[in-house]
Amino acid sequence: MGKIVKYVLLDILRNKIVLSYAALLLAISLTVLGLEDNEAKALLSLLNIVLIVLPLVSVIFSTVYYYNSVEFIELLVCQPLKRIRILLSLYCGLAVSLLIAFWIGVGVPVLCFLHNGTGILLLVTGSALTLIFSALAVLGSVVMRDKARGIGLAILLWFYFSVLYDALVLFLLFQFSDYPLERPAIVLGCLNPIDLSRILLLLQVDNSAMMGYTGAVFRSFFGSGGGALVALAVLVLWTALPLWAALRKFNRKDL
Amino acid sequence: MIELSHIRKAFGRLPVLNDVSLTLCRGQSIALIGPNGSGKTTIIKCLLGMVTPDSGTIRFGGEDIQGGWAHRADMGYMPQTGRYPDNMTIAQVFDMMKDIRKDEDGTIDEQLYYSFRLDQISDKRMRTLSGGTRQKVSASLAFLFEPSVLILDEPTAGLDPVSTGILKQKIHAAREEGRLILITSHILAELDDMVSEVVYLQEGTVKFHKSLTRLQADTGEQKLVRAIAQYMQNDGSHG
Repeated sequence: MGKIVKYVLLDILRNKIVLSYAALLLAISLTVLGLEDNEAKALLSLLNIVLIVLPLVSVIFSTVYYYNSVEFIELLVCQPLKRIRILLSLYCGLAVSLLIAFWIGVGVPVLCFLHNGTGILLLVTGSALTLIFSALAVLGSVVMRDKARGIGLAILLWFYFSVLYDALVLFLLFQFSDYPLERPAIVLGCLNPIDLSRILLLLQVDNSAMMGYTGAVFRSFFGSGGGALVALAVLVLWTALPLWAALRKFNRKDL
Repeated sequence: MIELSHIRKAFGRLPVLNDVSLTLCRGQSIALIGPNGSGKTTIIKCLLGMVTPDSGTIRFGGEDIQGGWAHRADMGYMPQTGRYPDNMTIAQVFDMMKDIRKDEDGTIDEQLYYSFRLDQISDKRMRTLSGGTRQKVSASLAFLFEPSVLILDEPTAGLDPVSTGILKQKIHAAREEGRLILITSHILAELDDMVSEVVYLQEGTVKFHKSLTRLQADTGEQKLVRAIAQYMQNDGSHG
């Protein structure tokens, strides 16, 4: 398994896109952290950028890379290798290279400038989002045979989780504002990894007061040790389930 | 050695293979022929596990290959159009294949690599190669791990006469060594001296599976081209 990961990694690192992604993140982090004196404010600005850019780059890059590796996959599929191993290696190569870029671009500056737990939490959720969105991308690419449709699906996924989902949740909350919605809100938060990451981080920087009574419920749930574990488990599930579905589908796919 | 029984496969609503049963034995050299779209490549892809049949079983050395992968260690496959990672050089592709299969014990046969003179252009990137050179790479890779089964899909399409000669010699040698060789080709004239058996496919069904000598006797023709032409005419007149 390690051998195929090695070839995928070498190929991606030779590709300039991941390097420029790391440079872009580094420039953003240094600017935000350097300009802002207030640590909490700096972290919030960084959070908003990370929550938009990270999923977008992860999902699009992984999708495009999968379609560009179709030949490589075809070459390996006729070799005595398990199909699961081939796809898993491709995913690992993608995830590791994107994680490296994230840790260089955001990890190093955050560790240098912010000496508190919130910075670490930002890095953990950022890494989780990278893993989740590359897993979703791999699933989409395995399902869609056509490259244009696959990339379209990737953009749609990002748009759904970043923009549409929040609009839908707001709509629901307004429609049912006469009912107690605090508990459903927790479930709704778990159904979108980006929202879940945002909630976890906002609770840490004590801005939950801005979220009103729901914020207090979030605080009592996710602020507790058990709730944090649940949140972490949900993020792991968000990676594992799409990946599992992709492996299952790929195992039976006609190439 | 390889046994296909009642293989059916449809892509969407289009049936490609209709109840195909074949028995292929070690030491045979089999020509798989038929018009375009008759299911030749699909049969090959089923053998390699690249396509999963809708029903039926494929046994390789007695074992069902469904969902398995180990049997591919004994198969060398030369695809109709070889597709390789664009950014890799020829040398890198070969090194990678050897590296990935390093833990298997077995010798490596690089004869074709050198007789096609790929070593002299080994630093060229795959995307810059012509169709013929790609075919040479595919052929060299198929023979590289000395597999006991060779599956060659249109092996000589796009090769120049000299390279065709080299490849034919290699196929002959493999046949002498008692390996199983499965060839598809539309150039029937060059199959004459390469094959011992003929399988004729049409619209996803096996029309006949005969030894070459038997086919020659049945049709009264020496050349495969004429024998097949004769068969198709007769078949047509019978309805």
